Amino acid sequence: MAFRGAVITFPGSNCDRDMAVALEKVSGVPALRVWHGDAELPDAVDFVAVPGGFSYGDYLRCGAIASRSPIMRAVIAAAERGVPVLGVCNGFQVLTESGLLPGALMRNAQLNFICRTAPLRVENNRSLFTAGYDQGQEIALPVAHHDGNYFADEDTLDRLEGEGRVAFRYLDTCNGSRRDIAGILNARGNVLGLMPHPERAIEVDHGGTDGRVLFESAVKGLVAA
Amino acid sequence: MATPESRTESAITPEVVEQHGLSPEEYERVLHALGREPNLVELGIFSVMWSEHCSYKSSRIHLKKLPTEAPWVICGPGENAGVVDIGDGQAAIFKMESHNHPSYIEPYQGAATGVGGILRDVFTMGARPVANLNALRFGRPDHPKMKHLVQGVVAGIGGYGNCVGVPTVAGETNFHPAYDGNILVNAMTVGVADADKIFYSAATGVGNPIVYVGSKTGRDGIHGATMASADFGEDAEEKRPTVQVGDPFTEKLLIEACLELMATDAIVAIQDMGAAGLTSSSVEMATNGKAGIRLDMNKVPCREEGMTPYEMMLSESQERMLMVLKPGKEAMAEEIFRKWELDFAVIGEVTDTRHMVLEFEGEVVCDIPLGPLAADAPLYDRPAMSREDYRAWAGVQPLETAPGSTDLGADLLKLVASPDLASRRWIAEQYDSQVGADTLQTGGDAGVVRVHGTRKALAMTTDCTPRYCHADPYEGGKQAIAEAYRNLCAVGARPLAVTNCLNFANPQRPEIMAQFTGCLDGMGDACRALDFPIVSGNVSLYNESKATGGGSAILPTPAIGGVGLLEDYGAMARIGFAAEGDAILLVGEEARHLGQSLWLRVVHGSEAGEAPPVDLAQERARGEFVRRLIGEGLATAVHDVSDGGLLVALAEMALAGNIGCSLDALGGPAAAFGEDQGRYVVTTGQPDRVEAAGIPVRRIGTVGGDSVAGVPLTDLRAAHESFFREWMEA
Repeated sequence: MAFRGAVITFPGSNCDRDMAVALEKVSGVPALRVWHGDAELPDAVDFVAVPGGFSYGDYLRCGAIASRSPIMRAVIAAAERGVPVLGVCNGFQVLTESGLLPGALMRNAQLNFICRTAPLRVENNRSLFTAGYDQGQEIALPVAHHDGNYFADEDTLDRLEGEGRVAFRYLDTCNGSRRDIAGILNARGNVLGLMPHPERAIEVDHGGTDGRVLFESAVKGLVAA
Repeated sequence: MATPESRTESAITPEVVEQHGLSPEEYERVLHALGREPNLVELGIFSVMWSEHCSYKSSRIHLKKLPTEAPWVICGPGENAGVVDIGDGQAAIFKMESHNHPSYIEPYQGAATGVGGILRDVFTMGARPVANLNALRFGRPDHPKMKHLVQGVVAGIGGYGNCVGVPTVAGETNFHPAYDGNILVNAMTVGVADADKIFYSAATGVGNPIVYVGSKTGRDGIHGATMASADFGEDAEEKRPTVQVGDPFTEKLLIEACLELMATDAIVAIQDMGAAGLTSSSVEMATNGKAGIRLDMNKVPCREEGMTPYEMMLSESQERMLMVLKPGKEAMAEEIFRKWELDFAVIGEVTDTRHMVLEFEGEVVCDIPLGPLAADAPLYDRPAMSREDYRAWAGVQPLETAPGSTDLGADLLKLVASPDLASRRWIAEQYDSQVGADTLQTGGDAGVVRVHGTRKALAMTTDCTPRYCHADPYEGGKQAIAEAYRNLCAVGARPLAVTNCLNFANPQRPEIMAQFTGCLDGMGDACRALDFPIVSGNVSLYNESKATGGGSAILPTPAIGGVGLLEDYGAMARIGFAAEGDAILLVGEEARHLGQSLWLRVVHGSEAGEAPPVDLAQERARGEFVRRLIGEGLATAVHDVSDGGLLVALAEMALAGNIGCSLDALGGPAAAFGEDQGRYVVTTGQPDRVEAAGIPVRRIGTVGGDSVAGVPLTDLRAAHESFFREWMEA
């Protein structure tokens, strides 16, 4: 079956095009573009990406207003049906604000915006999104955020670790995240949120292709299913 | 004709005229242009349109001398930004602009709105912005305000650019006490458009609707253009309320809405509301279209209640645009702007009166003939010192005997740790340089961004060496253009055209005018010799301040923004050493010139000597030679030799590649740190295939090892990274 991936655009999203380009380059199928005011996702969508940017200006709290948008009700419903949902950067913030993922993303510990290539370790290669990596593989992905400092209470962190739901961990203290967490999965494994930008690392010209593996894993997993 | 009654009542006294920044002589011109006394709204409009910032009254006659044409130039100066052909029916659109005064008063918002303003200049013309750059000048780092200013400016540039989703890919930052009381914040945007879908500002078509879109108008920034046209007094801090506040989120929506509307066939003309807001946008659109304009001020979307026409016309609220639409397109256009949750209001129409008429509550509150507003505008040919008198004034002497060096390695460590040469990582990491996923290179000689979906790429750089411009305005002007040309060649790009931001002090002083005209003469000669025309620009005068007790003028700073084209980015060079064993070639002669060098300043505390001369014919030949090496795939790394000379260039290449080098002979301090122009370092794995063809090319060493000139890379890196880390974490 053909891959049907959708990319949400909120007012202020600015990585939506990059995400759509990445999905198309990897799957060969143009991504469906979905407006924040829509109440429904396109029919038979089998992958939803919530991209980076500054949704609604990130006023109030990063991702907070977007998490209450009409389309997010549909995304939450889809996630509950088991549709894979990927949230990158601001998308990760939207997913925590909407309750699809636990915890919160706070201001970076150094208080500045940071844009650099972050070394990461793949902590779980058993998910749809990470199956193409080796367990424990060290990779590098670009980060670009002001509020990527992952926080959750100790019980939640222990549970995430215990259930293998930490997908990626920083190899340096990137932004002050608790336990250097860069990306997490939901309990069912069909929702991934991460601060690094895999869509900025899919071609040799990007300076690295470690992000491409994530999209390849998802497309392969879904097309095989 | 009777003066229309102004709702803002106060009488036009000499004090009111002075508060509006108009001299008594200029007010006489207002009376002549109008044929009567103005009311307050009209006086306000004359005051901003005739400010230095909007009228270029001290610079206009000199700017005309700059070369602005080439076969690939689609639109030169005069519109919102310059436009050049980049092949395949595509165009690059770019401009640089200053936001100096606001950034000193309120660094975060000043810098942020500077970025917002230059973005609007570019997408107004139909381009999607693809990259931002900046050119920053700060005072001495130990000045009590400087850390706060640097932090605020950098955060403001990042805060705006990161949010709108335009990568910041290149820039330059210098420190010098001359900027203690007047920092420079120059922002540049580069965009890409279809060459047959460029939008201009000329309002035409009598009866066509004039439409206001974007944010509402508030009381912020009233008289910003007038503020930017005077030097700072003791009361700089009190001017904070004249600094505008930016909202990059709204700008992002405005970009998307405008580009969506531009894809249809609805727009006759479009202009952003920048300095002097609704006044300059409406006046310029009507003047460019040789038309008139009628606006109903009751229709202007306002943020606050009770705003007067005077306030609406002079507000510099951000993220607003003015458009002339084709008749019948209003509903379709409104739907697009409503979708993006932006204000949309038809506020007037194009007329054939050649007058600007403003109505408010059913009465005419302003009626200005546009012909005289432009024709009677002041124009000054201000006196300038001769070149000889200037040399004497600046105290420039040839450097008779240069000091020696006991340890070149120790000098190198000092240089790479100095504020002007230290690693810019602390700055660069606060900018999203990768959004768009088309950034190919940052941190080298030029930023490189590919043209989305193609094999082409645009290279871009900002350059100026103010200490050279101060010592010799003519050679300094040449050098600024030549260095931009060199930086584009160094990545393999064909230099296309230039934008500039001419930052100078008070033009009413003959030595400052000598700097201005000297730099422009040098720039003009360099642009002609290098086929590198100027397509857009901005002038910022009165950059001096009494606020710090210095009464100091800035160094003359004609910041240059250069743009070049890589036909296929597969052939692109970077500065980092690539492979052990590569031969290191010096293109150009061994250096001799230590006057005005950073080595002299950093190691010996001296700013003596003459600026290095620039040979433009050599510059061009060597640039073409280096581009050929890159195009043929022979160059494994390329770096121009500029601030700090050869040894600093080699250290930067070593740090970028994380490999050292061995040098055949070091020579003395002149060879190591001299700043002779027109030189590059090129590495190659095939030195035998390099045919110099009349260019001086000499092998000077080999890539490999873990040191440069005996200094371990780890020490070099520690020194290079130390300045910002220690300053900002202290």
